[in-house]
Amino acid sequence: MADTIGLTLNGRSQEVAPAATIWQAARAVGLEVPTLCYDSRVAPAGNCRVCMVEVAGERVLAPACARQVQPGMVIETQSPKAVAARRMVVELYLADHPLGTCGVGKGCELEALARRLGLRGSRFPARSSAPKPDLSSPVIAVDLSKCILCRRCISACSDLQVNNVIGLDARGFSTTISFDTNLAMGRSTCVSCGECVSACPTEALVERLHQDVAFRPDARKTRTVCPYCGVGCNVELHVVDNRVVRVTGTRESAVNLGKLCVKGRFGYDFIQHPDRLTRALIRRPGVPREAADQGDPRDCFREASWDEALDLVAARLGGLKARYGPDALGVVSSAKCPNEENYLIQKFARVVLGTNNVDHCIRLCHASSVAALIYALGSGAMTNSSFEVYSSDVIIVMGSNTTENHPIISSHMRQAAKRGATLIVIDPRRIELVNHAHIWLRQRPGTDVALLNGLMHVILKEGLHDEAFIRGRTEGFEQLGPVIEAYPPERVEAITGVPAADLVRVARLYGRAKAAAIYWGMGMSQHTTGTDNCLSLINLGLLCGHVGREGTGLNPLRGQNNVQGAGDMGAIPDNYPGYQPVEDPGTREKFERAWGVPLNPRRGLTITEMMEAMRQGGLRGMYIVGENPLVSEANIAHARAALFRLEWIVAQDIFLNETARYADVVLPAACFAEKGGTYTNTDRRVQLARQAVEPPGEARADWEIICDVAVRMGYPMPYEDLAEVFAEAAAVTPIYAGLSYARLQGEGLQWPCADATSVGAPFLHKERFTRGLGRFVPCHQRPPRELPDDDFPFVLNTGRVLEHWHTGSMTRRSHGLDALYPELLVSIHPLDADELRVRSGDRVQVVSRRGRITARAEVTEQTPKGSIFIPFHFAEAAANLLTIDALDPVAKIPEYKFCAVRVERAA
Amino acid sequence: MSAPAYEKVILRNLQDPGYRGTLAEYRARGGYSGLPKALQLQPQEVIDLVKQSGLRGRGGAGFPTGLKWDFVPKDLALTKYVAINGDEGEPGTFKDRQLLEQEPHPIIEGTVITAYAIGAHVAYIYVRGEFVEGAKVFQRALEEAYAAGFLGKNILGSGFDLDFYMHRGAGAYICGEETGLLESLEGKRGQPRLKPPFPAVKGLFGKPTVVNNVETVSNLPPILVGGPEWYAGIGVPPKNTGTRIFSISGHVERPGNYELPLGLPLRELIFEHAGGIRGGRQLKAVIPGGASSPIFTPAHLDVKMDFDSVAAAGSMAGSGGVVVMDETTCLVRVARVIAHFFAHESCGQCTQCREGTAWLHKMLTRIDEGKGRPEDLEVILDVCDNMKGKTICVLSDAAAMPIESYIKHFRDDFEHHIRGGACPTGMA
Repeated sequence: MADTIGLTLNGRSQEVAPAATIWQAARAVGLEVPTLCYDSRVAPAGNCRVCMVEVAGERVLAPACARQVQPGMVIETQSPKAVAARRMVVELYLADHPLGTCGVGKGCELEALARRLGLRGSRFPARSSAPKPDLSSPVIAVDLSKCILCRRCISACSDLQVNNVIGLDARGFSTTISFDTNLAMGRSTCVSCGECVSACPTEALVERLHQDVAFRPDARKTRTVCPYCGVGCNVELHVVDNRVVRVTGTRESAVNLGKLCVKGRFGYDFIQHPDRLTRALIRRPGVPREAADQGDPRDCFREASWDEALDLVAARLGGLKARYGPDALGVVSSAKCPNEENYLIQKFARVVLGTNNVDHCIRLCHASSVAALIYALGSGAMTNSSFEVYSSDVIIVMGSNTTENHPIISSHMRQAAKRGATLIVIDPRRIELVNHAHIWLRQRPGTDVALLNGLMHVILKEGLHDEAFIRGRTEGFEQLGPVIEAYPPERVEAITGVPAADLVRVARLYGRAKAAAIYWGMGMSQHTTGTDNCLSLINLGLLCGHVGREGTGLNPLRGQNNVQGAGDMGAIPDNYPGYQPVEDPGTREKFERAWGVPLNPRRGLTITEMMEAMRQGGLRGMYIVGENPLVSEANIAHARAALFRLEWIVAQDIFLNETARYADVVLPAACFAEKGGTYTNTDRRVQLARQAVEPPGEARADWEIICDVAVRMGYPMPYEDLAEVFAEAAAVTPIYAGLSYARLQGEGLQWPCADATSVGAPFLHKERFTRGLGRFVPCHQRPPRELPDDDFPFVLNTGRVLEHWHTGSMTRRSHGLDALYPELLVSIHPLDADELRVRSGDRVQVVSRRGRITARAEVTEQTPKGSIFIPFHFAEAAANLLTIDALDPVAKIPEYKFCAVRVERAA
Repeated sequence: MSAPAYEKVILRNLQDPGYRGTLAEYRARGGYSGLPKALQLQPQEVIDLVKQSGLRGRGGAGFPTGLKWDFVPKDLALTKYVAINGDEGEPGTFKDRQLLEQEPHPIIEGTVITAYAIGAHVAYIYVRGEFVEGAKVFQRALEEAYAAGFLGKNILGSGFDLDFYMHRGAGAYICGEETGLLESLEGKRGQPRLKPPFPAVKGLFGKPTVVNNVETVSNLPPILVGGPEWYAGIGVPPKNTGTRIFSISGHVERPGNYELPLGLPLRELIFEHAGGIRGGRQLKAVIPGGASSPIFTPAHLDVKMDFDSVAAAGSMAGSGGVVVMDETTCLVRVARVIAHFFAHESCGQCTQCREGTAWLHKMLTRIDEGKGRPEDLEVILDVCDNMKGKTICVLSDAAAMPIESYIKHFRDDFEHHIRGGACPTGMA
C-alpha cells in the first residue's frame, strides 16, 4: 500500500494516509471537522451526524469520522448541503439544550459549536419534562437534562474501560443514558473511574469535587505521574490558588491513553489535607512512645525549626554510629519517592551511615518475584509491557486482582479479551476479571505450585512444550521431569480442588498459544513459598518458550508507583543501584571510586530482618522515609514491640502516620505534586514527574532533607537539582545509562537503556536471557506455615480494594474515596455466613493467634468458602494485627496471604 | 366480476382449499424438487442462475438477489451466514406473515439454496415477535425438514450441511433493517450499523452474511425448477421479473394479499383485484409500497407496479404494501399517524432521526389539533430535507419522504387545518 494517497479537500489537493478516515485526513492537514460523538480512542459510532461532509459523486452525505478516504476523492466539508445538515442537527439539540444550559465551566462542546455556527436558538419546542439531577455518587454529578445522547460515555465505559455499566434505555426520542438497569449511578455497579466524565462533551457528567473552583479558567495544568499503583498513568493536575482541584488523564500517554481509575482521578485531596505535616516535630522530653496512643499524637511533640531538627538528627545518628557501629542503624526508603530520592537515600545509608541496612516495601510485595526472576532469568522485572496484552492470544492472570490493584492494566486486559484474546484467571477469589475470562480456575489457597506443576505435567505429556527453545535457551530442564512427574491432573485436582479437565484445557491453551503471557500479583509472591511460586511460573514460561517475544512474558505487576525504581536505585540491602551485588568486591570498588568513600562489604538486613534485629538489640536507630510499617508489617503487635526497643527513630513523611507518631524526630516532607523526579513503572518505563504546587508550610522535598542531613554528618551532597542527581545515578546504573531528563520529556523510556542511542526495551530476553540461559528450578508443593484447625478454622487472605491504597494515609484523607469506601469490610462466603448467623453489615470479630479486630461483614461469593478476605488499609482494625510474620526463606517476604483465623459474631 | 388471472409462483399451493403447508402437502405438489437441482450445480452456477432470473429483493429495497450473493467472498474457509428477514413490520404489509403461517417450506428450501450458493452452514430466520402463529408453524416446519434430511448434515446425500435456527424479535421495527437485525441476532440492542462495511463482507458476528427477505427466498425453488428463463418471462423483463405479493388494504372492497406479475397498472390492482373503492366512494390517495413510500394520487393510477416504474413516478415499490384511501381521509391525520409510527420506532441513534421524527410528530399533531402555525409547513419541510440521506440507516428517510409527499400533493389539507383550525374532510 502506498504511503499516502491524493485527494481533494475543500478545493485543495492533499496527500493523506491511505487508512485515514476523512476526519483524520482533514485534521492532518489542519482542517477541523466538527463532531460531538467521536472519540479518537475508540471506533467511530457515527451517530451525532455533525461531521457529515459532501463527497463528490455521492448521492448522500458521508460521516467524516467513519468514512475511509479513497484515492481521488473530492471532499467538501463546508458545502451548503453539509452546513445545512450540521445546522439542523445542532438546532434540534438546542431545543432541549438551549445556550447557557451548561454553566459549571467544564465547557460544553455543543454550545461552543452552536456559537461557531451562529445559532442562537431553536425553532423546535422544548420537551415538557427533563430528568432530575442524580447526585447519588459522591464523586460524579449526573444531570441527564444536559445530555445530548452522543454515547461517548458508553464507549468510554464499555470500549475503553470495559466496565459495561452505562447503556441505553428505551428508544427513539425517549432514549436515555442508563446505569445498569436504569439505576441511580451511585447504586449501580459503577466503579467511579470517571472515564465517562472525561468523555462527556457537555456537563451532563461532571466531577463533583471542588466544583466551585475546579473549572476556573485560570486553572493551570501540569502533567505528571499518578502517585498510586505501579501502572504509572500520566495525569494532568489542575491547579487553582496552589491547590489541586481536578485531575484528568493524559490522552497522549502510551501507558494509559488518558484512562484513569477512581484513585487516580479522585484521590488527590490528601495533598492539601489539614493533617499534612508543615513543621519539623521533636518529641517532648520524657514523653514515652506509647503516649501517642492516647489523644492527639501531635501533643507528644513540639514544633522545631529545620536547623534544630536537622542538627538533632545528624547528632543522634552520628552518636549511635559511633557508639554501636554503622550496622546498628537501619534505613527504610520509600517506593512513593522518585528514583533520585531513592538513589540518595541508599547512598546516604551506604556512604554517610556506612551500612547496607537499607530496604523498602519491595520486601513486602514482590521480593520473591524479583528474587526468582533474577535467579532464573537475570532481570528482576516484568519481562514484557502491559500494552502487549493486545498482542497476546492467551493471557493468564494468576494471584492478581488486577481490576482493583492495577485498574488500567486490567482495562487493557478486558479490552484484549473483548477483541478476542483468551483470558484465563487462576485465583481462589472470584475477582472481577472472572467476568471477562474464558476460563477461571479456583484453586485452594496455598496450592499454586501444585497447580503449575500440574499444567506442566500435561504440557510435557502431550508434547506441547517448545523443544527448540528449551534446547537453545535454557538449562536445568532435565531436573524438571522427575518433579513434574509427581503431579498428574488427578492428584493436582485432589490438592488444589481444580477439576482435572479444566487443568488440561488451560495447559493446552497455554501450550498451543502463539503468544501467551502470564501476569501475577501478590497472591503468588506473599507466601512462605513465594519464591517457589514464582519459579514455577517461570518454569512454565520457559517450558513453552513464552518469553522473549512480543505478547509473551512473565510479568509480576508491581505495587507502588516507584517500587520498580526504588529497587533499580539500590534501596535494597544486597545490591547497589542496577542490581549490582554489594558482596562483589569488584562492584564495591567501582562504587567506592564513584562515591569517594570505603564501603561496608557486608550485605544489609531486609525490613523483615531489621525487625528481628531490633528485637534482639542489634539495631539501635532507624531512619524511616515515607513508610508506615506499624500498619503494613505482618503481625503488627510483634513489630511494634520491636520498634519500641529502638533507642532512636527519625521519621520523614507527609503525615504523622501510625508509625511516625512514635518517632523521636519527625521531618515534614513534600508529596508527589510538590516535586519533580522520575518514577519507574511496572513495565520498566522511566517517566518524568513535574511539580504542580508548592509544599505546605515548611515541608521540603525528601532529597533536600537527606542532603542537608548528609552535609551535617560530614558528607556534602551538593546537588543543584534532581536532574543532576539523576545524571549521577544513571552513570552508575548500567540499565539507566542512556537515560537523561532531556530524553524523558515525552512518554519516557523503558530500561534497559544502555546508551544515548538506545530506545529502551518493551520486552526483555529477546536473543538471550540477561543471565545467559534461562534456568529451570523445579519446586515441590509445600503447605503454608499456619494451616486452619478446629480453633482457627478459616484461612485469612489480605490485600487491597480499588478505592484505597496501602495504609490509607492518602486515600482515607481523600473525600471522594473515603465516601465511596468508608470502613473496613470483612468478606465472607454466604455458606460460612449462614453457619455463623452473620449477614452483610453485622459486626464480626476476627481472631488469630496474634491478635483480634472487629469490623463489619460483607457476605459475598467473591471469597471462597472456608476463607475470608480483609483489606489492610484500615489502621483502626488493622488486618496485620492478625497476619503471620512467617517468611519465605529466600526473599524474606511475609505470608500475608495465608494464616488461620476464627470468626465470631461481635456484640 | 372476475379479475384477470395470472400464473402464481409463490402462493400457488394456497389456491387449494384445505392446503396447510405441511411437508407432505408441499412435497405432494412438487416441493423440495428445486433443492436437489441446486445441489447438483456448482455454487457459482446457482448464483449465476439467480442473476439470470432477474430476481430482486422483496423486502423493500429491490436489490438484485444474485448480485448480493456475488458480493460474498468466495473463500471456502471463511465462516459465512444466511439471515432470513421475517421481521415484517412495514405498516400496510402482511405478506411474509402469510408465507410463514401457511407456506413455510419454500422459505426453508430457498434458504438451503441460498446457503449452498454462498457456502454458509448456519442460517437464521428472524421472525417478528408478534407472529406467534407464524413462529409456531415455522418451527414445526423446521423440525419436519430436519427429520426429512432437508436440513442438518449431508443434505440429500450431497455432503452439504446446514443448520437453520429461528430467532424471534421483540417488537422493534428497526430490527427489520438488515444490520439492526444482525445486531439483534447477536443479542445486542437492535440498532443499524455504519455502512460500509456491508453485511456481505462483514455481517453476523463479523462474518460475511447474506440477508434475504422471506418472500425473496420463497421464489428460489420455483426458479430452480422452472428455470431462470421461465421466471424472467414473467413481469417486465429484464429488470422487473417475476411476481410479487401485494398486500392491499384500506378503503377497498376486497383487501388482502394478491400475488401478481410485476408491472400491472395500479388501477388494475385496486379496481379489478381488490374490488375497487369501498362503498363506491372516490379515490383520494394511495400509499404504493408501505408506509415509508411517498404517496400517489388518482393521477398515478396508470403507473405500472414494478420497481423501476414506481420509482420513476416519484415513489418506491418498497414492501408491496398498498394502502388505499378514499375521499373521506384527511392527509393531516395520516401524516400524524405515520409520523407517530416512525417516532416510536426510531432506534434513537442518529440525531436527525431521534429528534426529527419526534418533532415531526409533535408539529403534525399540533396542526391536526388545529393549533398549527403558518410557518410550520416550511419548518417541517426543512426538517424532512435534513433527515434524508444523512443518517446511518434509512429509517430517517422513510419517516421524512412520505410527510414531504403528503404536503406536496395535499397541501390544501394542511393549510386548511392551519388556517381554519379544522379538517376539510370532517374527520374527527
